[in-house]
Amino acid sequence: MTGFLLRRLGGAVFVLLALTVILYAVFYVAPGDVAQIACGPRCSPAQVAQVTEQLRLDDPVYTQYWHFLQGIVAGQDFSTGTGVEHCSAPCLGVSYQSDQQVMQLILTKLPVTGSLVIGAFVCWILLGVGTGVLSVRRRGRVTERVLTWLTLAGTATPVFVIGLLLIIVFCSTLQWLPSPAYVPFTQDPEQWAWGLLLPWVSLALIESAKYARLTRSSMLETLAEDHVRTFRAYGVSERAIVGRHALRGAVAPVIALSALDFGSMFGGAVLTESLFGIPGIGRELVHAVKVVDLPVVVGMVLVTGFFVVLANALADMLYALADRRVVLS
Amino acid sequence: MTTPLVQVEDLTIDFGTVRAVDGLSFTLEAGAALGVVGESGSGKSASASALLGLHRGTGARVTGTVRVAGTDVGAADEAQLRALRGGKAAMVFQDPLSSLDPYYTVGDQIAEVYRVHNSVSRRAARARAVEVLDRVGIPDAARRARSRPHEFSGGMRQRALIAMALACEPRLIVADEPTTALDVTVQAQILDLLHDLRRETGMGLLLVTHDVGVAAESVDDILVMRHGRAVERGPVSEVLGAPSRPYTRELLASVPRLDGGRVGGPGPGAAPPGAGPLLEAVGLRREFGRGARRVTAVDGVSLTVRAGETLGIVGESGSGKTTLGRMLVRLEDPTAGRLRYGGREIGSLPEKDLRPFRRELQMVFQDPVASLNPRRSVGESVADPLRAAGETDETRIRDRVSGLLERVGLDAGRYERYPHEFSGGQRQRIGIARVLAAEPKLIVCDEPVSALDVTTQAQVIALLAELQGELGIGLVFIAHDLAVVRQVSDRVAVMRQGRIVEQGAVDEVYGSPQDPYTQQLLAAVPTLDPAHAAARRATRSELAAA
Repeated sequence: MTGFLLRRLGGAVFVLLALTVILYAVFYVAPGDVAQIACGPRCSPAQVAQVTEQLRLDDPVYTQYWHFLQGIVAGQDFSTGTGVEHCSAPCLGVSYQSDQQVMQLILTKLPVTGSLVIGAFVCWILLGVGTGVLSVRRRGRVTERVLTWLTLAGTATPVFVIGLLLIIVFCSTLQWLPSPAYVPFTQDPEQWAWGLLLPWVSLALIESAKYARLTRSSMLETLAEDHVRTFRAYGVSERAIVGRHALRGAVAPVIALSALDFGSMFGGAVLTESLFGIPGIGRELVHAVKVVDLPVVVGMVLVTGFFVVLANALADMLYALADRRVVLS
Repeated sequence: MTTPLVQVEDLTIDFGTVRAVDGLSFTLEAGAALGVVGESGSGKSASASALLGLHRGTGARVTGTVRVAGTDVGAADEAQLRALRGGKAAMVFQDPLSSLDPYYTVGDQIAEVYRVHNSVSRRAARARAVEVLDRVGIPDAARRARSRPHEFSGGMRQRALIAMALACEPRLIVADEPTTALDVTVQAQILDLLHDLRRETGMGLLLVTHDVGVAAESVDDILVMRHGRAVERGPVSEVLGAPSRPYTRELLASVPRLDGGRVGGPGPGAAPPGAGPLLEAVGLRREFGRGARRVTAVDGVSLTVRAGETLGIVGESGSGKTTLGRMLVRLEDPTAGRLRYGGREIGSLPEKDLRPFRRELQMVFQDPVASLNPRRSVGESVADPLRAAGETDETRIRDRVSGLLERVGLDAGRYERYPHEFSGGQRQRIGIARVLAAEPKLIVCDEPVSALDVTTQAQVIALLAELQGELGIGLVFIAHDLAVVRQVSDRVAVMRQGRIVEQGAVDEVYGSPQDPYTQQLLAAVPTLDPAHAAARRATRSELAAA
């Protein structure tokens, strides 16, 4: 197990390194005056010169990149014109447009996006797997067809349509829920949950369709296997066969898919965050792209990449726990 | 008069338009053992499943009456049926690997079944699981109950399935080909176990098998089935000793016997005495994996094959016989050792220098379904070696392929047909025709008949012998079935754990085996004579004790 973890860690570091190379190449080695772009349109020539020096833009490309990496690993000092500001590791640079360290910016947004993603994740697993199990239990009947139809409709509808509908119905017309807003968990857990309920549900409605189909097909596959015949021949009830034996077969694929979704959701819940006005990473990223705040864009993509890699490594371990035949190597 | 344990009357089972079982009637008294014997498609498994009502909800149409231990299976409701299944009658399935859930421990699976029929605590059910696992001879049962099926060997898995069947002390065990996936020595152990359990508990046994020998070892009465009907029923000694029906006689005649002679013999193509060997292997070795995970599949094997003779290679699964066979035709590269063909060293030749030899060294595989491309007509498959040899004239190719198809006993008019339209035996014939197209000097046959019914098996073996006599081909015949190897071989090599433990002329090895392992193998082969079987059961327990 330890050997596996070390190797997986090595792999993760390699993937992240490759990501930094690509990001650096795309954003900083791009044509045009990088310093002017990074600094923003209202920068004076002096400020642009300072940015050029900060980012070592006059040095050869590999030195620039090395400098960038060094910042992530060891931290960096930035001169702000009047004094020196230390940016401790992992330092993803400074946003020249908002005068904020990128890492600090991300750290303030992370709990927001985390709340959204984790809550939505719980909802979509419950909803997706539950629907899958139900449609297996009622296979061949009307319920199954209705469920299949509903999940299909869920996937086919864009999040801003579902979200808007939910807001109109539950907040405006019925007035059962307050308008979605983000209240930190540490401040008021109850407000936190109510405020995020609609975003969770709309994300879950979109995502759960995939999980329902995956659960259903893996369970049907397991039900066709010989060992299910054994338990039927021993009088085990259909309920126990579906709930214990068939569902077990669906665990591994669901874990694999969850890892991908969970990781990428950290950077990709853009539409949901914008629609419900949740000040998370996705909304910040959209803003940064709009005003071409280079350090912020690069930092956020890196952090998202980090979560994808992390979620996948976790999934591999869970996978091995779920299926003991898998040898971690 | 007591009611029989199993009473089947006029049972008919239809799968769509196919009638699998057609008006079958039989009874089984409490504590008795009945063997249901037949070839594939005879309806024996479908009948066995009907005893537990397993066709319910599958789309199969079942008519007639089936009464098992007082339950009318056809009329029973769900609860009654569940009480019957496992509680009064338990089923042991064929493939022990796929018949257990890979995700749960063996002990938990047995405990789950036990709790369906007995309202006891989890702890008590686990204790019962350990108890029955111990009874079926799983060593250190308390610990092994916590293993998952993949951590068990094939024989242990089959024991675990039998333990599951025993858990609720049923009155009847239905065993559907319980030993077909097992090695012959393991098969003997499982059959001995079933025998002992039956004597001890007084359960009835319905044993479904394609192997007449297995039935002869284990049951009192035999029911021979064909095309969904009962052909003959009677005490084992009568049915096997003096069969009254022509089909039973034909079936018995096809069963390869340990004391039978060689089919065919050296023909005009055989090498004259004193001629050098066609193929010679010296110290052949093959390893897989690296470092701590290195496995030696073949460990220093030396053998020779002459033109026109057959060398049989027998061994159990994992003995390295397939790897050896693949090395002999260079489908696998030897790790060490020499391989000489026609006086030339080919063991270490690079692929491009091997090309001239590829055509002369051919291989016939076990699975006739998997070794033919399902998307190409059989004629095209057979033509492959011709095209590979550079033949481009379409009419010549067609003539030659038609000739080959006819030579192996198929209608040349079926050139354009696809593999799924042929039976198992016919597909193996197609495989042989394809190999012949290359005009080989040596053919390695890897379990060529083990997927076939005995009557088909006999035909394919006869065909191989005939072709060998005619063409003087050297044959290496790899099989786990000792009786089949005896039928086809001039000389035989017995393999175990990558080594040849004994090698020699067939009559010597089978007549007076020297190696203890060979003796053990031969003692495990089922015999058709029930009296003989009982004697050998005793021999086996002596050998096991020794």
